[in-house]
Formats: sequence, structure tokens, C-alpha cells
Amino acid sequence: MSKTILGEADRESKINIHTTETAKKRLGRRYAKERRFKLMGLGAVLVAALFLAILLITIISDALPVLRQHYLTISVPLPAEDIDPEGKRTAESVSGANYGGLVKQYLRDQFPTVKSRREKKALNGLVSSNAGSVIQRRVMADPALVGKPLEQDILLSDYADLYFKGSMASKTTLETSGIASPVINEGEVKILSTSNDFNNLLGEVKQGLAGQLKSVEREIAGQQRVLERLATRKKSLDGQLPEANERERENIQQRLEQLELDKAAAENRISKSTDEAADLNTRITTANNTLNVGRDISSYLIAINGGVVKVKQVSNSEITGQILLPLKSAAESQKGEWQVIRVSPPEASRQISDREIAWLDHLKDKGLVKNKFNTQFFTAGASREAEVAGIWGAVVGTFYTMLITLALSFPIGVGAAIYLEEFAPKNRITDLIEVNINNLAAVPSIVFGLLGLAMFLNIFGMPRSAPVVGGMVLALMTLPTIIIASRAAIKAVPPSIKEAALGLGASHMQAVFHHNLPLAMPGILTGSIIGMAQALGETAPLLMIGMVAFIVDIPGATGFTEGFTDPATVLPVQIYMWADFPEKLFQQKTAAAIVVLLMFLIAMNAIAVILRKKFERRW
Amino acid sequence: MQFIANIFSLILGLIVSPLGIVTLLAIAGYLLGRRKAAYFYETHGREVHSLPFYNASYVALSTFLPAILFLVAFAFIAPVIYQALVENAYQSHLTSLSDFEQTNFINDVFALTSGNITSKSSETITEASQYLTSLMAVGDMIRWGGAILLAALFCALTYRQVTPRLRARNRVEVIIRTILIICSVIAILTTIGIVLSLLFESLRFFQKVPIMEFLFGMHWSPQTSIRPGQVSAEGSFGAIPLISGTLLITFIAMLVAGPIGLMSAIYLSDYASPKFRAVAKPVLEILAGIPTVVYGFFAALTIAPLIRGWGESIGLSVSSESALAAGLVMGIMIIPLVSSLSDDVINSVPQAMRDGSYGLGATKSETIRQVVLPAALPGIVSAMLLAISRAIGETMIVVMAAGLAANLTINPLEAVTTVTVQIVTLLVGDQEFDSAKTLAAFALGLLLFIITLTLNVIALRVVQKYREQYE
Repeated sequence: MSKTILGEADRESKINIHTTETAKKRLGRRYAKERRFKLMGLGAVLVAALFLAILLITIISDALPVLRQHYLTISVPLPAEDIDPEGKRTAESVSGANYGGLVKQYLRDQFPTVKSRREKKALNGLVSSNAGSVIQRRVMADPALVGKPLEQDILLSDYADLYFKGSMASKTTLETSGIASPVINEGEVKILSTSNDFNNLLGEVKQGLAGQLKSVEREIAGQQRVLERLATRKKSLDGQLPEANERERENIQQRLEQLELDKAAAENRISKSTDEAADLNTRITTANNTLNVGRDISSYLIAINGGVVKVKQVSNSEITGQILLPLKSAAESQKGEWQVIRVSPPEASRQISDREIAWLDHLKDKGLVKNKFNTQFFTAGASREAEVAGIWGAVVGTFYTMLITLALSFPIGVGAAIYLEEFAPKNRITDLIEVNINNLAAVPSIVFGLLGLAMFLNIFGMPRSAPVVGGMVLALMTLPTIIIASRAAIKAVPPSIKEAALGLGASHMQAVFHHNLPLAMPGILTGSIIGMAQALGETAPLLMIGMVAFIVDIPGATGFTEGFTDPATVLPVQIYMWADFPEKLFQQKTAAAIVVLLMFLIAMNAIAVILRKKFERRW
Repeated sequence: MQFIANIFSLILGLIVSPLGIVTLLAIAGYLLGRRKAAYFYETHGREVHSLPFYNASYVALSTFLPAILFLVAFAFIAPVIYQALVENAYQSHLTSLSDFEQTNFINDVFALTSGNITSKSSETITEASQYLTSLMAVGDMIRWGGAILLAALFCALTYRQVTPRLRARNRVEVIIRTILIICSVIAILTTIGIVLSLLFESLRFFQKVPIMEFLFGMHWSPQTSIRPGQVSAEGSFGAIPLISGTLLITFIAMLVAGPIGLMSAIYLSDYASPKFRAVAKPVLEILAGIPTVVYGFFAALTIAPLIRGWGESIGLSVSSESALAAGLVMGIMIIPLVSSLSDDVINSVPQAMRDGSYGLGATKSETIRQVVLPAALPGIVSAMLLAISRAIGETMIVVMAAGLAANLTINPLEAVTTVTVQIVTLLVGDQEFDSAKTLAAFALGLLLFIITLTLNVIALRVVQKYREQYE
């Protein structure tokens, strides 16, 4: 490939001798154009690389937190008279006890002041709902544990786990300089400080309220803009209405109805926001300089004397608050021994309440919270509880499905390739088969799913959601890829090798199977692995044959052969299903499942590349 | 220990099945045949036509194949026969039920028999299930007996045939050749299966909904009543909004993938240093290898909120399932396809043409634009057509990131739905096989199949017809 024909300096001197001023300018423009074109090409490649980088970074950064998970170490008594009153100590006899109740009792013992039903419910919600069954399983595996206290790590619930990972709320400790003296009065507490700590707090709260007011006003302005736009659209539609024919009129009417709905929604939001703004205004401008801290701005917690107080009202010298964790005493607290903690975002816009934060911090301070490698994710099946859900069920389902796909598509694909390349007479039928295979490779995968649904499920009555059907559909889908790759590999073997075999008296079949095929094998394997990798990432056809069912059991639990017909799901479908769940932890687990899937794909492709590099011969 | 016991029981389970017994018989046939042939080989020497290996393989294959064919055929046919027999036996009961209840009844009977949970159970269902169990017991006997009998019969017959003069190698080669032919016919059978199943179900759909209404109807809302008597709007099946939505998203995708893919192909083939190419090519290959469900996740959870946020910050109302987000991500997905196909075409333009252009004083970009691209045009057009076909048939990105509402609009900020999204929504979840709703999915599938096939055929034709043959 030729680069520039003349060197830079060369070019300069020659041009000066041979060209006029206008020609030089023209040449300059042409070179500028050349540079722009080259930059555009480079830009295109970089944009593609950038997209890949963004994709991988977002997914990996979402996935990383899943590697670890927070557990609560609890210690529950296993009273023999409750767990196993008959004293048999068998898995059967200990299975019926109320293990969930033990966990709840343990939590209540940690926070004896929790009394109301709602608070108890919130407290129980801190740990995963499968905590009881974890203990049950452990006791059933070893009934001799009954009668002694049992220490067990149980999963914290998804939001508690996310809180400890720092993605639910952020806490900042504010500076304090005075001596604080609490006055306790029936769940409420007043705290006075000797210096102007609370004056600073007052300033912050004021700022927070003002900021909130501003954002509410922005919201109102935005909705008003929406209203204006809706009005202009209504006008234009009204204008079209008289000239429209029957069909269009129906369509326009529908759109007008939709507009009315949108308008009502916007107006509703405006009126709500206006009320909110008015409320904020009165709160900010109260004369006596005492502000109410609501759920709409960051909340402030005061840790004092071993307890936690949530600030409800603040003035320049004192605060009034609600006790979240009881104070050990009402003694004065010296400078540095008490703290004001800001928790943002506002309580109204996070999923975890201040009370839950206080409880969780208390448990953590007691050293009961552990941050461990997340084995749950890699060993558990699907679940509706975000913290319990794992990918093992999907991985096993994928294994069974891929086994079927490989067992069908590899021999059939290679067989077809051998026949078409070596034995097929060149006639119209083989031409047809060839065109047909090329077209099949470009048929959308979802169409194969429709085929599976109509043929395998409805005509042959095979089970829904079963890996065997999924594997068959994917096998049909990968077949063209394998055939095309295998044919190319067989074709690449030079004819001299076959001719030598034929010359020594081998039959055509012997020549092909003993000589051509072994030499083509690396290429065939490479193509097959790439085809399998495609099948591994495929989702749409499996949706068609019902592999989206929510399946808790791990397939094949009752036996290897049952694994092929048990209802199952596969990794890509699991990703699709999890992506729909609103919980943040599920989103992270989706990303983590994607990373696992990508690792499988990378491993397969790496094997293909190594095979190609190591064994492929070029003649 | 537990593990070893599991493996042992697994192997035992595999052997004690018709398939296992037949395999054992085939192995026995191989060993017997080999012994007999080896004996002849020693006594007759050169007179023996085939090697013992071929004689043995002949016996083994003849033992194995007929029995396997029988087992496969049985697996496919038996359920149909069971169902027909149950339907026949409970004819009087079934006629009293509606269509929907009839299929439910049959499903329940089969589910109960295989030990699954049924939607409802009644005495008739239990009774029918017992009847089915007895049918299956008879069927199992036929399966075992038939397979073993066939295997033993063919084993004995072919074992007797083993003589010095048996042309065993030729026979084995004929068998293998037949197997190879069957392998390549499966590809054709797949196509036939696709066409037939789509066509058959679509025809049933067009009996309920006229084809003209389907193709040219402007309104799509497939909510028909599932159970008779249920209050629900009559569905309407006009595919135009779906097609327009598909085309809108495809258009956006091609706006991204077309220029970026083509420009990167040009850069990689004509400008990049080998080092740069060695890095950039794998990057594009990775983009191509990422499963579409990952792109869907990325579109729905990263790109869509991003676009929505941008739109709202400049005062535009953007749907959270905007066509723009889906189209953009789909475009990223298609970049490698466009790029690798165009790369091949651009590389196949002979260097002599470039050299000629350089010789006339053209710069590199002038050469590419005025010599290389025109020469490669048919190939590039075909690459774009294939990319469009891929975008139209793409499912997961749009299922996860595009909407469900069939809006007839060309505003990329609004939610549109596509053909593939509707196929998935119509078929995932509870379905009744005969309803217009379910059949509509097959009609859409047929439409999709025809569109993509046509595009592929045109792409192929463009290359064949307009390609300049250099060299």
C-alpha cells in the first residue's frame, strides 16, 4: 500500500516550483479533506470501541457489589421441648418447628423497646425471609444440634445489604463543639447544646428546605411547559379533525382522549406541587425560627449516650427529636462524645427508613454483621427474594440445554457438511440444499422458536419449558453455522491428501474419514464452538417454548435423565426475567449474571481461538 | 460415597432402558461379528472381502439403527395416539365441554398422569388419568418389546450373513452415506417445518381475521376474550402500526450502524496499521459476540433513562420506552455485522485499481470514494440489506427496551412496538392455542419470515447481478 508519494519537504519545494497559488490552495483543500476523511474513519472505530467500553463498564460496575453479601450472625436457642417434643431427633421430627419464629424472637431481644406491630414488621424485614428455612435445613441435617444454642449466619434483606454497601443512603458526620444535655420525655427528647451547634444545623435545614422549594418550583414550571405543548398539539389535531376521513377520525379521537388524560395528569401534578411549595414556604418563613424537619429533606440523627435520636424540630439552641434507639441515660454528653449525622437523600426518596438505619448500625456496632463472599448467588436457584436469588438453577438448565444442542447439532452438522462437500453430486437438489442452508442462517431466531412451539410442543406434545425442547430448537438454529464452518474447513484440506489415499487403494469413504476429516477437525471444532457460543446467548426462541417459567427447583435434582425434561430456564432467559424486577439488588444480580454469561462466552471463544492458532494448518 | 452411588445408579438407569439394552445388543453384535469375521480372516486369508472391523460394524449398525428408528418414531407418535385414545374414550364427556375446556381437560389428564399439579381436578379427570396410565403401561411394553425384538432380529440376520464373501465394507459405506444424506436433508426439513408451521397456523388465523385487515389495518390491540362470556373488547389485528414501529427502530439502528460500520470498515482496510487492526478487529468481534439480551438490559436500564433525562432537561417529553433508545442500542449491535461484511467487500477490490488511482494523483480518500466504493457498491448494498434484515428480526433488545403500545408515529421519542415484541407478548404466558391472539403471533412470524427472506434473497441477487468480476 502506498503512503504519501512525496516526502513532506520534497512536496513543499516541488509544489512551489510547479504550481500556481490557486492550485496550491486547491491542493491544501484536498489534503484537508483527506485528513477529515481519515479522522472520520478513526472516529467510527473509536465510537464502536467506546460503546463497548461503556457497555462493559456499566455492567461490571453494576455486577461487582454482588460478589459480597452481608450476613447477620444470630444465635438462637433450640429448646428441645419446642423443636422436638417427642425427642426422636430425626430429620422428620425436627422439621415442623417454627424456626422463623426463633429468628423473629432473636431480633426482638436485640431491640426490646420495639412494641408496635408496624415496628415489629419493619424489624423482621431486616433479615431475609428465608432465614427460618436456613436454620431448619441445618437442624434437619444434624438433629443433634437441638437443645443447644445455635449460631448461624443468615442473609440480611436486600435493602439492608445495599445499605451496608453504601448504595441506599450516605451518612456524613457534622462537626459539634458543645456539651449536649438531653431531656427525655415519653419517646420524645429535647437536646440542648452549650455552643451554637444547633444554629449551624438550623442553617443547613433552612438550606435544605430552600433547595427542596426550588426543585418543586422547577417541577411546576416543567409541568406548565408540558401543558403548553399539549395545548398546541390539541389545536393542531382539532384542525385536522374536520378534514379527516372515518378511519383517521377514530385515530385522532383516540389521540385527543390521550391528550386529555395527559393534561389531567399534568394538572394534578401541578396542584400537588403547588400545595407542597406553599407548605415549604410557610415552614421556611415561620417567625419563631423553629423549623420542622420533614421527610422531604435530608434527615439528621443524633447519636448520644448509646442511643439514637432523630431530629424532628430544630431551633438555634435546641432540637426536639424522636428516640429511635433508647438512650442509656439522660446525662450530659461531652464534646466529641455525641454526634450529629446527616443522612441523605431525604427519607421520602429512599427505600430504607431512619429507624432501620439506626437498627442496622446498632447491629453492626455489636459486631454481628458480616460481609462475606456471596456463595448464595452461585449456588441457589431462582427466587422472588432478591437476596436469596441465585443463578445455579439457570446454569444447570443451560448445561442440560447445551448438552442436547451439542449432541444434535455437532454430528448432524458435520455429517451434512461431509456429504455436501465430498459426496453430493452437483445437481439441482444439492444446489437447493446449499441455498437453503445459507438462508436458514439468516432466519431470525424467534422464527425457530415459533417452529419449536408449533412442531415440538403442539404437534409432538413434548413438555413445555424442558431443556430437551430448548436444546432441539437451538440445535436447529446452530446447524447452519456449523455446516458452513465445517464445509469451509473440509474444503481447505488440499485434494492431494485425498488423492494419495485413493491412490493407495482406499475407498472414497475411507479417504474422507481417515484423512480429510482429521485434518479438518480443528476448523470444524472452531466453527462448532462459535456456533455453540451463539446458542448459549440466545434467548428469544426459548421464550417461545416456555422456558421463561419461574422455576425455583434446580433441574435434574431427582436424577440426571429427569434433568432433560424438568422445567428449567437458562442463563440468558434468567437475565431477561431479572431485568424486569424493580429491586435494585435484582438489577445488580442481573448484571452479575450477565458477567457470568460473558465469562462462559469468553472461555468458549478463547478455546476456539487457541484451537485455531494451535492446530489449524494452512496449505 | 454418595457421589459414586449416584453415578452408579445413573449408569444403571441408562442401561436399563430400551436404548441401553439396544446399545448393549449392538455391542454384543459387534463383538460376535468381529469374532466370526476374524476367524474367516485367519482361515481364508485374502479371499475375505472386508476387514473384520467392517463385518463387525455391519452387524452392530444393523442391530442398532432399526431399533433406534423405532424408538424415535415411537416417542413422537405415542403421545398423539394416547391423546386420540383418551379423547375417544371420553367422547361423551368432551362433547359437553367448550373448546377451551376440552384442551384443558386433556392437559389436566396428562399433567395428573405424569405427577404434576393440575389446574383443577375432578373425578372424570382422575378416572381418565387412570385409563391413560393403563394405556401407557401397554405402550411401554410395546416400546421395550419392539425395540429388543427388532435389535435381536437384525443382529441374528446380519450375523448369519457374515461370510468371507460378504461385501461388508460396501454395505457399511452405504449405510453411512445414507446417514450423511439424512443429515443434510434435516436442513431442508427445518425450512419445510418452518414454512409449514407458520403457513398452517397463519391460514387458521386468516379464517378468523381477513388477510386484508391484517395487512392494512391501522389498529392493533389483540385483547380478545380468553374465556367465553368474559367481558372484553373485541381485538383488532391491523399490522401497520407494528410494521411502522419496526421500520422506525430499524431506521434509527441503520442511522447508527450504517455510517459507523462502513467508515470503520474503510479505516480498517485502507488506513489502519496492522497493529491497530490487530486491536480493533477483536473489539468489533466482541461487540458481535455479546448476546442480545445483554444489549437489551443495557438499552432498558442505562440508555433509555439517559435519553429520557437529557430530553427532559431540554424540555422534551421522552417516553421511558422510546424508539430512540432501542434503535440506538440495536445500531451498536449491528455495527460489527456491517463492518465485517463491508470489510470483506472493500478488501476484495483489487489493489491494481487503487494503484491506478494513486498514479493519477488522487489522494487516498479520493481513491476510496471514487474508485473503491463504486467498485464495492453491490457488496455494500448487500451488507446493508443483510443488516436491515437482522435489525427487523432482532427480538430481545426491543422486547426489553421498546414499548408494547402500538402507536402509529414517526416520533423517535415516543414508544412504538415491533413485530417481534408482539410475537413474544402474544406467546409468553397463558395461551390458548386456537385463539386469534395466539394465531396472530404465527401470522406475524410468517410476515417476519417473508420480509427477512426477501431481503436476504435480494441481498444475494444484488451481489450476483452487479458485482464486477475483477481478476
